Amino acid sequence: MAETVLELVSLEVRYGPVAAVRNLSFRVLEGEIVGLIGPNGAGKSTTLHAITGLVPASAGLVRLAGRPILGQPPERIARAGVALVPEGRRIFADFTVEENLRLGLAARRGRDGARSLDSAYELFPILQEFRRRPAGLLSGGQQQQLAIGRALVAQPRLLLLDEPSLGLGPTLVDNVFEALGRIRERGMTILLVEQRAQRTVALADRTYVLANGERRLRLGPADADDTDKLVAAYLG
Amino acid sequence: MIGLLAALDAPTVVEAFGLGAVYSLMAVGIGLVFGVLRLVNFAYGQLVMVGAYTLAFTASWPVAASIVACYAVVVALSLAMDRAVFRPLRGESPAVMLVTTFAIAFVLQAVALLIDIRDDTIGEIASSIASFNQAITVAGVDVRKITIAAMVIAVVVLALLAVLLTRTTIGLHMRAAASDIGTARLLGVQADRVIGFAVLLSGLVAATVAVILTVQNPFVGPEFALRETIVVLVGVVVGGIDRLWTATLGGFAIGFATGLINGLLPTDKTVYLPSAVFALVILVLLLRPSGLFAWGRSTTVERV
Repeated sequence: MAETVLELVSLEVRYGPVAAVRNLSFRVLEGEIVGLIGPNGAGKSTTLHAITGLVPASAGLVRLAGRPILGQPPERIARAGVALVPEGRRIFADFTVEENLRLGLAARRGRDGARSLDSAYELFPILQEFRRRPAGLLSGGQQQQLAIGRALVAQPRLLLLDEPSLGLGPTLVDNVFEALGRIRERGMTILLVEQRAQRTVALADRTYVLANGERRLRLGPADADDTDKLVAAYLG
Repeated sequence: MIGLLAALDAPTVVEAFGLGAVYSLMAVGIGLVFGVLRLVNFAYGQLVMVGAYTLAFTASWPVAASIVACYAVVVALSLAMDRAVFRPLRGESPAVMLVTTFAIAFVLQAVALLIDIRDDTIGEIASSIASFNQAITVAGVDVRKITIAAMVIAVVVLALLAVLLTRTTIGLHMRAAASDIGTARLLGVQADRVIGFAVLLSGLVAATVAVILTVQNPFVGPEFALRETIVVLVGVVVGGIDRLWTATLGGFAIGFATGLINGLLPTDKTVYLPSAVFALVILVLLLRPSGLFAWGRSTTVERV
């Protein structure tokens, strides 16, 4: 059986009196894509923020390859091997494409940085072509490629993506999902938060449906065409 | 007006450049820390003051040793300020941090006064490095050696800083932290290290300014560099505080303008200098509230 890369045990995150995530437990095994879907406010992004140390958890455990990481600052979690492609991409618009990618190397401990940029360029050749341009001049789809490339150059153990298809047109959404498939082929372990339920369920090895901060349902790729089940999952 | 401009002789222009150079160094020191901490360090002038006192108290040492002592004390104090005060207050409101730096400034001044008046007089003379204040004649113009030195030092320091920020990894991390520290940390940029490095650089610049200002004015008192700091802070805001290069240009501009206006005013009218400079500041801020050099800034940068 594959090694457990990420394990959440009864995670709870509160914003004041409101519990945004309640009693959430699941695992992501090495080489897997696990999806998290659900309506707005279901607690998907909050879960990612708790894993990356952006928000404190009020209860529960998060383990990365067996080691607890809750309560550590974001930079230490990043250096432990968790890379996030944040919602809205958050690229540095005034920096060149290459500088954005080099920032991704901050989480790496190794020294072979140049080779690592090549792997991002192989996946997204457009980034190499535009490497001297300010990242703010890239199109939305190219910026999303940059954000994913920046996370990958860190050679993380776990790649988290927060709604990577948000705000992209249908063709670009296809590109993002196609890129995720290629990233999986490289053996990357992925936790994918998405609004596009059908695409996510079809791609992921397992997909959990969240609603009101709780895990409601577990779906497999075979459920992707079961519209009734997907709708029911959303309507609770 | 034409009569006024005619009064602009070469030495006045050179001195104005020299003042602009010193103020641009102070502006870059303040701007470096503002970039990574979003903190306006009002106590920056007191770092310079402590450096000046160090030069005065070590005036009997060889000049090189005295200058090394100045750098050591100022950098140590700069780092101590970060560890003891800035780091615990990180994330507090800008108002809290600004007022705290006011308090640090006045505490340091008060302590300096206590140390200074042990000999029953206020003020010390930094005699050993004062000889650099002598004038030499360059191309028929009388210029103080320190004015030339200040210009050369400012150009070298700013060029080194530009290389550091654009060509090195720590520089990239500093720029990222200044632009969006939350995302930078998510990418693994170590906030403490980057901020510590900015504070260290800022301290090195403060020590450099302390040496230059002490040569120009070897009489060191608790209010040493206080007026300059206020003027530079104004210049930094006038230039545009949210970018290092606009802040630095702002520092240069207010120094250069002060030098020119000082040269233009008749000797018996220099009492009007501050009111003329600050009237100009108000005018600039009314016309360009986001900063004199803030042109070309993209307003459509995606933040989310």
